[in-house]
Amino acid sequence: MTSAGTGIGAAVRRKEDQRFITGQGHYTDDIHREGETRAYFLRSPHPHATILKIDKAKAEKMPGVVAVLTGAELAADKIGNLICGWAITSKDGSPMNMGPHPALAQGKVRHVGDQVAVVIAETLNQAKDAAAEIAVDYGVLTAVADPAKAQDPKAPQIHDNAPKNTIYQWALGDAAATDAAFRNAKHVVKLKLVNNRLIPNAIEPRAAIGDYDAGSDFSTLWVTSQNPHVHRLVMAAFMGLAPENKFRVIAPDVGGGFGSKIFIYAEESVCLWAAKKLKRPVKWTAERSESFQTDAHGRDHVTSAELALDAGGKILGLRVKTIANLGAYMSTFSSSVPTYLYATLLSGQYDIPAIYCEVDAVYTNTAPVDAVRGAGRPEACYVIERLMEIAARELRTDPAELRRKNFIRKFPHQTPVIMAYDTGDYDASLKKALEIADVKGFGQRKQEASRRGKLRGLGYSTYIEACGLAPSAAVGSLGAGVGLWESAEVRVNPTGSVEILTGSHSHGQGHETTFAQLVSERLGIPIEQVSIVHGDTDKVQFGMGTYGSRSGSVGMTAIVKALDKIEAKAKKIAGHLFEASPGDIEFKNGKFTVAGTDKSLAFGEVALAAYVGHKFPTHEIEPGLKETSFYDPTNFTFPSGCHICEVEIDPETGKTKIARWTAVDDFGVLVNPMIVEGQVHGGVAHGIGQALLENCVYDEDGQLLTGSYMDYTMPRADDLPSFKVGTTVTKCPSNPLGVKGCGEAGAIAAPVALINAITDAVGSEDVAMPATAQTVWQAIQKTHRQRKAAE
Amino acid sequence: MPTVTLKVNGKKHSVDVDPRTLLVQLLREQLRLTGTHVGCDTSQCGACVVHVNGRAVKSCTMFALSAEGADVLTIEGLANGSALHPMQEAFREHHGLQCGFCTPGMIMSAVDMVKRKGNDLDEDTIRHELEGNLCRCTGYHNIVKAIAAGAKAMKSGAKTSKAA
Repeated sequence: MTSAGTGIGAAVRRKEDQRFITGQGHYTDDIHREGETRAYFLRSPHPHATILKIDKAKAEKMPGVVAVLTGAELAADKIGNLICGWAITSKDGSPMNMGPHPALAQGKVRHVGDQVAVVIAETLNQAKDAAAEIAVDYGVLTAVADPAKAQDPKAPQIHDNAPKNTIYQWALGDAAATDAAFRNAKHVVKLKLVNNRLIPNAIEPRAAIGDYDAGSDFSTLWVTSQNPHVHRLVMAAFMGLAPENKFRVIAPDVGGGFGSKIFIYAEESVCLWAAKKLKRPVKWTAERSESFQTDAHGRDHVTSAELALDAGGKILGLRVKTIANLGAYMSTFSSSVPTYLYATLLSGQYDIPAIYCEVDAVYTNTAPVDAVRGAGRPEACYVIERLMEIAARELRTDPAELRRKNFIRKFPHQTPVIMAYDTGDYDASLKKALEIADVKGFGQRKQEASRRGKLRGLGYSTYIEACGLAPSAAVGSLGAGVGLWESAEVRVNPTGSVEILTGSHSHGQGHETTFAQLVSERLGIPIEQVSIVHGDTDKVQFGMGTYGSRSGSVGMTAIVKALDKIEAKAKKIAGHLFEASPGDIEFKNGKFTVAGTDKSLAFGEVALAAYVGHKFPTHEIEPGLKETSFYDPTNFTFPSGCHICEVEIDPETGKTKIARWTAVDDFGVLVNPMIVEGQVHGGVAHGIGQALLENCVYDEDGQLLTGSYMDYTMPRADDLPSFKVGTTVTKCPSNPLGVKGCGEAGAIAAPVALINAITDAVGSEDVAMPATAQTVWQAIQKTHRQRKAAE
Repeated sequence: MPTVTLKVNGKKHSVDVDPRTLLVQLLREQLRLTGTHVGCDTSQCGACVVHVNGRAVKSCTMFALSAEGADVLTIEGLANGSALHPMQEAFREHHGLQCGFCTPGMIMSAVDMVKRKGNDLDEDTIRHELEGNLCRCTGYHNIVKAIAAGAKAMKSGAKTSKAA
């Protein structure tokens, strides 16, 4: 294959597929360590209780048991707590109320599934059998699961340092200007909504293997992580599990993350600690029901929002009040999701002069809540796009027309909520989506469906999001404890092949292919000669990992910067080989040439010369050809687009069929259109899951009712249509590739498009997510009753 | 401990097993064939699908001892040396996988689907037949394309194709 067919923009088939389609991947549970023990966690069956006594005497004597460990041993070994690394300040200037989050409960359990003890045994069955013999005396307390009730004076206080279970009371925007906008409004649209709680459910359950070599005091952790270096940093610096310089974290093949595998959890911390304590490898893999109880959940907002418009349908202001459920403990990035990843996108694609958003984050006796695909942006998109659709209906305006009336058309555009959009063309994606979706023909399709007794509806979502996380100083000023740059090391081998050591991590995104496409094109070498190395802190010095749709814009730009340095050095060396001035050297299509001559050297020849070191002054130019870049992005990126959903509903059953789904997205430059489409498909499926099928339900007392795939409805192939996907392009101006990123857009755009379509079909706004058959059927019945009453 | 004797990918094994051992655990832990995956605990996800005596079975829902005398085919046994099965090739060609975790189960289910439903599979049939296989990454769109293409390729009699 020539580099031309494998460069940026080519639909190159993936290199990593070979091991996956032949069952030769190396996921964490596939790995076995000599002498490994198996860990099984005893978890609280109560949502809220004090731990009065743990009697592990019988369990410790069971066959095969190596140890039974509790919070007491953890505290005695002075292991630090799990942390949230983003400091959010309340309106009154007070810091957020972060309660302690030990890896094994100390004195209290705060959600069903909270870790109480761990049994480490020779086999998993032995560990489970012994766990059943641990006797725990609980002092059961009342619990609160509903975020809308968490701040009630009668609700039990979950953390001593968080009165009224309030973590922070935060706000963004201009309250006075927004109030003024509402006073001047000719039309106000009001909306109360719940953004329903999701369980991420990557198909690979979380797993970890802790290992310790006593002779060299060296710890190794295999873990299903999206960011092994972040794991290592937190576990070393905050938890004291191992010093950073004697600690290797490996995130091998990881079966999906969607955010859930960013965070530092109790289980891998305990495995590492126990391995050092017992001097034996300790392996743990979640059962799916454990994943349900302990993977960080997503969304869970209770929101009331109002949109103020003038007589002509121009938006004057937006006011939002949200209660965000963060669960029983603050997970690693939890505080940032309903604040800086949410409120900052409330302007949507529209020129809104005044916005004010208040967010109360609360504790409840539920699993911790943190980023799940989209992280804050689906919640924001849902608010603004539901309001727009309802506004269009109330104003009797075409929904596309109302949007066009309010589109931002001048860039850069400073919103009232921090974000400054750099570039975009919202008209273009709307226009293309209208064509692909054949909106013109909808009326006819609706009539035809009606003749068959079915209801058809159309729903829009013109979304924008901010990703490519993130300029370090910017997020630092907003409370982030870390920077969000990315690193790349380009190692050119003497034989001319290249290894890229990237701080990004691939758990489905195809970096082994897309990153290689960039390098293959830039250096003019066959893609087979480019290897991408990731996921091992012994190989890659430091990286911030993959989430927030950042690996294209940030991860690949780091590679570009390192390649710039490679090219510069190689030109200097080539200059000596040619006996020409470096200024006369050109590099194109894998060849170094001297301007105005027919002298030429292949990249591989210069690479070899760099390592042989004979033919250039090595006191001026060091031998070797290896360069590193740490790249800090200068701005977020702003993918945007238009999704149009067409549904057909059977009014007898309330069942929704998605008749067609159109997605037109502006992701800037596409590295691999096949992979980009795959990301759109997956994101949209995730969003449809949220809007139609999925819902994490805790009862009033904090019992998890949706505890397995029996009760939590995952989208299946026959729930979904094939998708019509198109793109428009406005190049991203803030990175040399022009890439915006695409991993989360579908999950951001989709839920509201679906609900807008269903509410259009049934003629009622009273449809909450998930729009199950029962929900839709009841809305239809209610509408009939109201119509009958009006007659 | 009882012993189970079975053939896996053409090779005979006699293994001592705790009676609680599931077939998927036998394959993964004792035979170290880790291509078959565990994704759930309620038999829904399909990551564990293998063929037992020529039929697709969820190996998490079967005791190892029940496989006494059985002929088991896992994902590792599908290719012919370095020559891929046309269904495997179709998944790569049509980008029918992202993280790869559901993929072995998808491919094994797909091969069984073709056996039962033939080589000309329409979209509705494929989607319906995939009810027992969950994927979180792909949204199924390309899996459906891959299976349709793989089914056709299996018809041409080409049992295998070159690995990339």
